[in-house]
This record gives sequence, C-alpha cells and structure tokens, in this order.
Amino acid sequence: MRPWDVLLEATAGLRYRRLRAALSALGIAVGAAAVVGVVAIPASAQAALLDQLGRGGNLLTVATGQTFNGTPVPLPRTAPSMLRRIDGVHAVAPVAVINGASVRRTSAIPAHDTNGLALMAADPSLVGTLNLTMTRGRFTDAATGRYPAVVLGAAAARALGISALTPQTQVHIAPAGGRGGRYAVVLGVLAPVPLAPELDTGVLLGTTAATELFGYDGNPSRIYLRADPDRVTAVWSVLAATTNPANPGQVTVGQPSDLLLARTSAHTALTGLAIGLGAVAMLVGGVGVANVMVVSVTERRTEIGIRRALGATRATIAMVFLAEATMLCLLGAVAGALAGIAATVGYTAFSGIPAVLPIAPLATALGAAVLIGLIAGSYPAVHAARLSPAEALRHT
Amino acid sequence: MTVTAAIELRDVAKEFTGTRALRGVDLTIRPGEMVAVVGASGSGKSTLLHIAGTLERPSTGVVLIAGQDVARLPDAALSRLRAHHLGFVFQQFFLMPHLDIVANVAHALVYRGIPRPARRSAAVTALHRVGLGHRLGHRPDQLSGGECQRAAIARALVGGPTVILADEPTGNLDSTSGRAVLDLLLRLNAEETTVVIATHDPDIAAAASRRIELHDGSVVHDTGWSA
Repeated sequence: MRPWDVLLEATAGLRYRRLRAALSALGIAVGAAAVVGVVAIPASAQAALLDQLGRGGNLLTVATGQTFNGTPVPLPRTAPSMLRRIDGVHAVAPVAVINGASVRRTSAIPAHDTNGLALMAADPSLVGTLNLTMTRGRFTDAATGRYPAVVLGAAAARALGISALTPQTQVHIAPAGGRGGRYAVVLGVLAPVPLAPELDTGVLLGTTAATELFGYDGNPSRIYLRADPDRVTAVWSVLAATTNPANPGQVTVGQPSDLLLARTSAHTALTGLAIGLGAVAMLVGGVGVANVMVVSVTERRTEIGIRRALGATRATIAMVFLAEATMLCLLGAVAGALAGIAATVGYTAFSGIPAVLPIAPLATALGAAVLIGLIAGSYPAVHAARLSPAEALRHT
Repeated sequence: MTVTAAIELRDVAKEFTGTRALRGVDLTIRPGEMVAVVGASGSGKSTLLHIAGTLERPSTGVVLIAGQDVARLPDAALSRLRAHHLGFVFQQFFLMPHLDIVANVAHALVYRGIPRPARRSAAVTALHRVGLGHRLGHRPDQLSGGECQRAAIARALVGGPTVILADEPTGNLDSTSGRAVLDLLLRLNAEETTVVIATHDPDIAAAASRRIELHDGSVVHDTGWSA
C-alpha cells in the first residue's frame, strides 16, 4: 500500500466520524492552545519590554552611597563632567532630589501630605539619556529651566490629579519646612519610565530654578549614563572611582535593566508551570484518543476483516490505525495551536504590543502531539492487526 | 497431464472452543470449476470457505492455494495471495457505508499499490460489467440489496482474481436480485474464474457444475469434478 493511500485511508476514518474525532481531539487541542498561548503571550510582553528598553542594557546609574554610619553621601558636583570623559560613555544626565521639599496641588494642602512625591532638579539631558517620552506637554529646556516650571512623572501626575494641561495648570512647591513655597507651572507629564521608576514619582524642576528657589548646590543624587553597548562592563568597572575618586566605596553603581530582566525571568518560571499544565492536558488528551481508537477498532471489526480479505497485511492495518491516531492528535494540536495564536494576537492587539509567536512551543506542541498519537495509537493498531480476518468478519 | 488445483484441502479440521466446525475434509477444486457448497446452517460451509480463502487457518491439515502451502506463507505473502488471486463476496455485502461504490470497488486495489486514478478507472469498468454503470456516485445506502451485492461482486472481480469465494451471496436478496447475482457469477465462471459458493439457494446449487454437501463438518456428498 502506498504511503499516501495510508494517509487517505486514515483521514477517511476521521472524516466519517467527524464529531467523535473532534471531541476526542479536544483534549490535545486544549493542551496545545495552552502551551502556545502561555508561551507566546508572555513572550510578546517580554519582547515588548525588551524593545522598550531598546539597548536598555547599556543604561547605568550612579547614586549616592552611604558612609559606614549610614549618613547619605551626596555625589561630588564634578561627577557628571568627570563621567562624561570616560571612554565609551555617550550621555550623562544628573538629577538631584531636593531634600524635604514638598509638592502639593495647592498651598491649602498640609505640607506633610507629600504623597511620596520627590522634587528633583533635572536638566534637559535627561530626555536623551533615558529616551523619555511625554504623554502631555514638553520637557523643560534651557529657557524654561530658569523659571518655576515643572515636569511631572507619570505617577506624580496621577497622585496630583492632573490629567489635562492648560497654561494655568500649577502645583505648589515648597522647600523643607513648608515656608517660602510658591506655585510652579506644569509644563508636561512624562510617560512611565520602566528603567528609572524613581522618575515616575518625581516632579522635575530645572536646575537653574532649583538653585535659585531651593538653594540647590549642584551635588547630584543620581546620575544616569548611556554607555557604548560593547563597553558596558568596562565603563561599569571605573564608574565608582571616577565619580568619587576620594571615596569610591560611597557610590552605588547600578544597571537598571538587570531588575527588569529579573522580572521577566520570574515570568519565565510561571510559564514553565503553565507549559507543564498544558503538557498534562495533552497527555490526558492522548489517553482520550487511545480510548476512542480502542472503541473504534472494536466497532470496525468488519471493516478490518474486509480490508484483510482484500489483501491488507497486518502491518498495513496497524499503519492505518496508527496514522489515524497520529492524525487525530496532530489535527487537535494544529487547531489548538491556531487557537493559541489567535489568543495571542487578540491579547497583544488589545494591549497594543506587537505579537511574538515563538517557533519552539509551536514545534514542541505539534511534535508532542505526533508522539502522543503514535503512543496512543500503538495498542489499538496492534490489536486491530492481530484480529484474524475470519474472526473479524464473523458477525456477533 | 496434472493440473495444479486452484484450491486443495488435505485432511483439514477446524475446531472452535467446544465445537468442531470441520473434520477431516479432503477437497480439490480445479481451475474453472463452479462449486456449490451446500448443507444446513452450522454444517461448516462458511468455515470451509474462510479456510479455502486463507481468512482462517485450519486447526490441522494442509491448505494449498495454486499449489502453495498457505501455512508456510508469511503474512505479507498471504495478503498478496488474497489481493491477487482471491475475491470474496459475502452475504452482508460488507461495503463501506461512507464511500460511494466506485470508491468501494477501487478499495480492493489499494493494497496492491495501484495508483488512485488507475484504481478508479478499473472500478468504473468493473461496475459497468456488473450493470451498475448508472449508479457510480451512489453510496451503499442509496442502493437496493441486489445492487449492493453486484457492487460487492464488482469489488471481488476488479483485481482479476483466479478464484471467487462467495458466502451465501443471495441469502439477503429477493429471488429476482438473487437470479441477477447468480447470472453474474455464472458469467464470471464462463470467463475461466473458479467460483466457490456456499449457499442454501437451490437455484445456485442446480446451476453449479459441482455440488459438495456438508453435514456436521464433514463432506457427505460430492458430485465430483466433471470436464
């Protein structure tokens, strides 16, 4: 018998019993859908995140450290210009938290009600260094940086209840103690910054205004750097010493993308669990297919007898049933995979991220289905092949 | 001149759990014979036919098909023998319900590795031979019993077998349809095909060139081979 004819015979068996075939393949389909969807959806989210990071791995931060007794040590005023001179550093942006300053919607709100917002001095270099995007308005520039004008982090804008901006939108900023505060125009609102979440709760004031209004001394509390992607490690190794040559130990050096990657690997662990569940569903589906095939062999005794009378060998009979079980599992897996893909496309379209369809889980699901089909079909196939033709034709 | 027997049974016995279906049957069927195997229900007619058609192995004794001892043949060779030399017709037709009759007849050639287009054209020819040329696209449930049996005969003859074994071919048919089936079998026999029919039908028994009567698994009467 030609291989193509074996396939035709196997599909004929399935076509004739469509509903049963569909129901018995359902378990496999659910498993495959779970495997594909569960991998593809987080993979899409992760790809979107990594995309958002861009070459996010080259962002480094230098922050104030502490002395042995716990006192915070501000970074030296000269640090930004020193860091800029390191070979392989593309961009440097310092920010400074103005200690004790408060930001409120109006002066009528008590000064201690800070909402956890931090007033920071920042200059326009921050935009390029962190690839900041604005959801509203614009960032402070050299001109507006001299005036009491602020840019709000995404969370800060939410906490202050500011959604739409007008030229009259203002917040009240005050130095430590709450006296001598004044209103500042809100120039813009930042989109969330996953690489520097501290900016989300920040209220950014131009450095000149910060110096004039709050006596900012030019000592940054945190510096963001972009390094040449190939030289991140080299740059990293000299950061502390360059920032504070006198006391390198009082500088905290960080690579924010590590945190995000750690978070995505936590997703991966969950994914493993879900894949395991999908695999169990497929196995259970395989048991269902085996069950249906056993019933099918019993039901189709006459058919088997006729095939044998017409010259089918035992091996041919076994192959037809094996092919049928395998095809059943494969079709189930294909249907499930399509459902998983549809779910992924739907989810990603809904959340506005590009869909990523990893090949590995697709191939795994289909490969596993074939394997399960072969295993599930082997007993019924052997059973069918062993039937004596006359016995198969003898009516009950 | 010795002619190789189409089918030869030597001291064949068949025992099912508790019952002896055949006992000590010696039988030689020559090429071109038209044999009617008669006897009461349970006398062993079907078992004899199954054993002669290699669908069943005897408990003891030797079965030779075209001179080959079937006990010595592996499954693949035995299957090849069935595919090339033997055609079967059953009382219940055993057509596949989900296939039209062309596909049913063409199915007989699938195990010989014949490509699909050739199978189908041979099937159409065979169906024309049995007078079903106007029913090609019909499924068995759209045909009368007589038409189904003629389709089954087309399936048996499509591969050009040397022997056709028919088990009660008219058992489920009215007399007119039964007559048509018998005429077909006689025509096949006239074309040199050996035909062995297990039957209750006195018309068939009368039309056959040789009658073998079974009783309780033994041959009690054999009109013998006549030229």
